[in-house]
Amino acid sequence: MLDKIIIDGLSFALPLFIMAIGGIYSERSGITNLALEGLQGAGAFVGALAAVFLMQSFGMNSPVPYYAAIFFAMLGGMLYSMLHALLCVKFKANQVISGVVINILAMALTVFLTKVVNRLAFGAPSDKFELGVSQRWTVPVLSQIPIVGAVFKDIYPFEIIIIVVAIIAWYVLYKTKYGMHLRACGDNPHAVDAAGIDVAKVRFTAVMVSGALAGLAGMCFAYSISAKYSSSIYVGYGYLSIAALIFGNWKIIPTFAACLLFGFANSAGYQVVKAAGLPSSYSDLIMILPYVLTLLLLVFFSKHNNAPKALGEIYDKGKR
Amino acid sequence: MKRKVNPFSRLFVKLLGNEKYQSFTIPVFAIILSLIVGAVLIAVLGKDPISACINLLQGSGIWPKPKYAGGKSMLTDLLSFMNYWTPMIFASLAVAVALKAGLFNIGVSGQMLASGFIASVLIGYSGLSAVVAKPAVILIAIVVGGLVGAFIGWLKYKFNINEVVSSIMINYIIQYVVAFLINTKYVDPVSRQSQNISDASRLTLMNTQIGGYKYDIPLGIILAIITAFIIRFILNKTTFGYELKAVGSNRKASAYAGINVGKNMVLAMLISGSLAGLAGVTYYMGYFSSIQPKVLSATGFDAIAVSLLGNSNPIGILFSSFLISIIGKGRTYMSSSAGLDAEIASVITGLILLFSACSAFIQYKVKSTKEQIKEIEKQNNAEVKK
Repeated sequence: MLDKIIIDGLSFALPLFIMAIGGIYSERSGITNLALEGLQGAGAFVGALAAVFLMQSFGMNSPVPYYAAIFFAMLGGMLYSMLHALLCVKFKANQVISGVVINILAMALTVFLTKVVNRLAFGAPSDKFELGVSQRWTVPVLSQIPIVGAVFKDIYPFEIIIIVVAIIAWYVLYKTKYGMHLRACGDNPHAVDAAGIDVAKVRFTAVMVSGALAGLAGMCFAYSISAKYSSSIYVGYGYLSIAALIFGNWKIIPTFAACLLFGFANSAGYQVVKAAGLPSSYSDLIMILPYVLTLLLLVFFSKHNNAPKALGEIYDKGKR
Repeated sequence: MKRKVNPFSRLFVKLLGNEKYQSFTIPVFAIILSLIVGAVLIAVLGKDPISACINLLQGSGIWPKPKYAGGKSMLTDLLSFMNYWTPMIFASLAVAVALKAGLFNIGVSGQMLASGFIASVLIGYSGLSAVVAKPAVILIAIVVGGLVGAFIGWLKYKFNINEVVSSIMINYIIQYVVAFLINTKYVDPVSRQSQNISDASRLTLMNTQIGGYKYDIPLGIILAIITAFIIRFILNKTTFGYELKAVGSNRKASAYAGINVGKNMVLAMLISGSLAGLAGVTYYMGYFSSIQPKVLSATGFDAIAVSLLGNSNPIGILFSSFLISIIGKGRTYMSSSAGLDAEIASVITGLILLFSACSAFIQYKVKSTKEQIKEIEKQNNAEVKK
């Protein structure tokens, strides 16, 4: 049972984490990003679309559609996030409103397009794409270690991709020039501008990064939780990741801890319901655990957090 | 050399340039833009956009259908449309009041569900007579919705929790708790929804026979329209409304001016929540008579579009909610008679949202184009004088 908690907890926490990193990129550059929910759904839609078409030529069991789906999900999330970037950076829209709009539009568009594609391409009236179950790996020796070994058992391939991407994202944000400019844009865009760097450009790319990472996360959720793509992808994990990054104080490492907490709370809850032999309607009560936990944690941590100083402000050159 | 003004930009400024009417002209411009995009989308799918549009109106009882089933008429459709329209007005007013105070109440759907559920349990399943039950339902809705709203406002004021994040978390909590309670206690084994409420407690008089036709008469619509005017009065004519708007436009300046920011934020969310509660009972105990577990209504989210479109002005909202409700209500008829997926309606709503989010940019663009034209004309005049 403990093994199961760790395995399921990780496969939930890691996609949440990578999406939260996307949120950190965007918010550290000064753009409030409530659009993560829509970005992950739109990204996963593009990925799933690529996967179902590739599965026609490669077969259900080939790994090609799986990796292609992840790639296309990142691409799709990135492209769709440009809409948010355009609205916030170029069109000077209210960033909170823009984020919510992007989410609503993403849900409407993907549900509609899923139906249209299914009808036109496959001649079937269906509102989902079947993706098949992802393969899983177990590391031979390490997985034998008691308790900790569960970390190496039944790993989804995407978990490894996420860890690699997360390390790169951490390096870029804290150790490169671009990362420094990005963080400066969120705190003092006028100084960045005075140094001769294009604030709009930095913010635009930061939002695109968040789109790509959210797309990756969305695809992982589609593969790990439901093995299909449907509107059930919009269950609020995007907002959960925002809560995680606020709780993590807009820093990558503490955010990781927050995501792990959510992941384990979730999987432990399910295992408890199962072990206690309660009827399945009780799992609805367990479902609220991460949300209640988020609220409680926010009560304790929101007061002391320091959000990027220029977060949510439209950059206006003339204003000082 | 004489520079010419682009005729398109001249037209653009002529249509939208008058600042007095911009609160009206710019939303209309956004709607027209999104309808054009929607029409192109429908045309790409090989369907006729004009007839799809007429189908929407026919489904809402505003345009006559070619034929009606027995006992039904255009008025039947119109009243049924009004039944659908009522919760939309309340929900949009809820979003608008919060927006005026600078808060974004995205939890309207959750507040609707909470009040709809509690009112159903307390009154809907009791045997109370209509005279007692209907006012009690409304009272409970105001209290429950208001409490949830005020809680969100209090979290924001006391613990600095972003209201968007907290209200979404509360949405999910309400959704799952209600689903759990329905599934364990109040479920109807056939429909898998909650049991139907009593007719006495329902806010819509269903299947009323008048002159050989059957009508669903929504009582809430009168209350909704009156409420819109009350909210307008509160916002424009009272000290509280003034303080609320001041807090919304600049929190620091209001605090400096001696306005109690925290109290105003909590009060704004209390009113917003109460309105959402009213939307909840007119939705779950008026338009419908039962609750589907684990589903949040789309009304609370569409209300954001409506409110933006109506510039958060209560009277503007009456118009914008009318439009969005036509799209929402007419979609069923459109999909059955034109063969279009009903989901296209939510895409069009999404597009309207997208373009109205850009309204600040359109306003800015109009202003800069206006100045450009002035500049060019000034230059030309100077050259003529030479």
